[in-house]
Amino acid sequence: MSAQRSYKTAARRVRGLGAAHTGTGDFIVLRVTGIALLFLSCAFVVIATSLIGRNHAATVQILGSPLVAVLMLLFIGVTIYHMWIGMQEIIIDYVHEEGSKFLLLLGNAFFCVAIGVACAFAILKLSFGV
Amino acid sequence: MAEFSLPKNSKITEGKTWPKPADATRITAFRIYRWSPDDEANPRVDTYYVDRGDCGPMVLDALIWIKNNIDPTLTFRRSCREGICGSCAMNIDGANTLACTRAIDDEKRDVVKIYPLPHQPVVKDLVPDLTNFYAQYASIQPWLQTVTPDPEKERKQSHDDRAKLDGHYECILCACCSTACPSYWWNSDRYLGPAALLQAHRWIIDSRDEATGERLDNLEDPFRLYRCHTILNCAKVCPKGLNPAKAIADIKKNLVDRQV
Repeated sequence: MSAQRSYKTAARRVRGLGAAHTGTGDFIVLRVTGIALLFLSCAFVVIATSLIGRNHAATVQILGSPLVAVLMLLFIGVTIYHMWIGMQEIIIDYVHEEGSKFLLLLGNAFFCVAIGVACAFAILKLSFGV
Repeated sequence: MAEFSLPKNSKITEGKTWPKPADATRITAFRIYRWSPDDEANPRVDTYYVDRGDCGPMVLDALIWIKNNIDPTLTFRRSCREGICGSCAMNIDGANTLACTRAIDDEKRDVVKIYPLPHQPVVKDLVPDLTNFYAQYASIQPWLQTVTPDPEKERKQSHDDRAKLDGHYECILCACCSTACPSYWWNSDRYLGPAALLQAHRWIIDSRDEATGERLDNLEDPFRLYRCHTILNCAKVCPKGLNPAKAIADIKKNLVDRQV
């Protein structure tokens, strides 16, 4: 906090820049992706356990099959979206310094997109065998 | 970052232990936060011994007894002594509550620990500066707003619609809920907190009010409303037994409803 005294009124500070008229979208996204993950996580666990003890060729065949690949892509996409918005909420909760908040939000977005694209690429590569 | 440790000049030190009252048969110890703006000293915790035979049953009675009999400099707010004014809200044995409605024997320990409401600037001892809290309450415009010309007589309301205000109008703005909320601790400059949002909801659901959309517009903000993560400390500590978290969830539901 600045050593110099601020003469802003409490009303001025509370009203701030006004309401952003956003937030409901993220609120809906977190819940919808949460519900979707209930089912997709179960599918992921079933797929992952079915791979136990199988060799490389069988694993490639299972993960590359259309139904499994689509489920895996959905799981990855929904998880990454949920993680992105969730982490953003946590950063907004705890990080107040504008510079570090901006950098962390940017880093969070880049990280989520990069991880998501890498995972999706891996599945697609198995599916199409390129 | 959110501050997880106290600043250097806010670190609490051991204070004075006052002598036990003579001739007392039943004594309870009180450890009370003390800080004065008049010197440069850090806050301290003083220990007082209260003669329970000469003192009423409530924590507020003990504070008044200490002020009258041991230390007249002990500073705290109080007024109605019956849980209706909200003045004596403070942190007693780790939970925010009203000193006047909390019996000393409710505490299951030998020592009663009393601190001011958490995460607010301290004016002196147990008196917090609630300027921001009151400004937030004012910002939700807690009064009836209509566009229909004023009726000749009263504004009518059905019994069912009136019943919806139960659990809202009883709030005494003691600030126990808001200052118990971790989201409010970290973001009280921008998050309105449970007390203001409970009252915002009180006007959103009032069948006579015609500014519902504007009220929701004013709240739809990642900070003002959506810092609530349903931690439920507010409902746990409310000395009037209200549930601000439920009201906040309903505000969010209204905001979703108008989009889908």
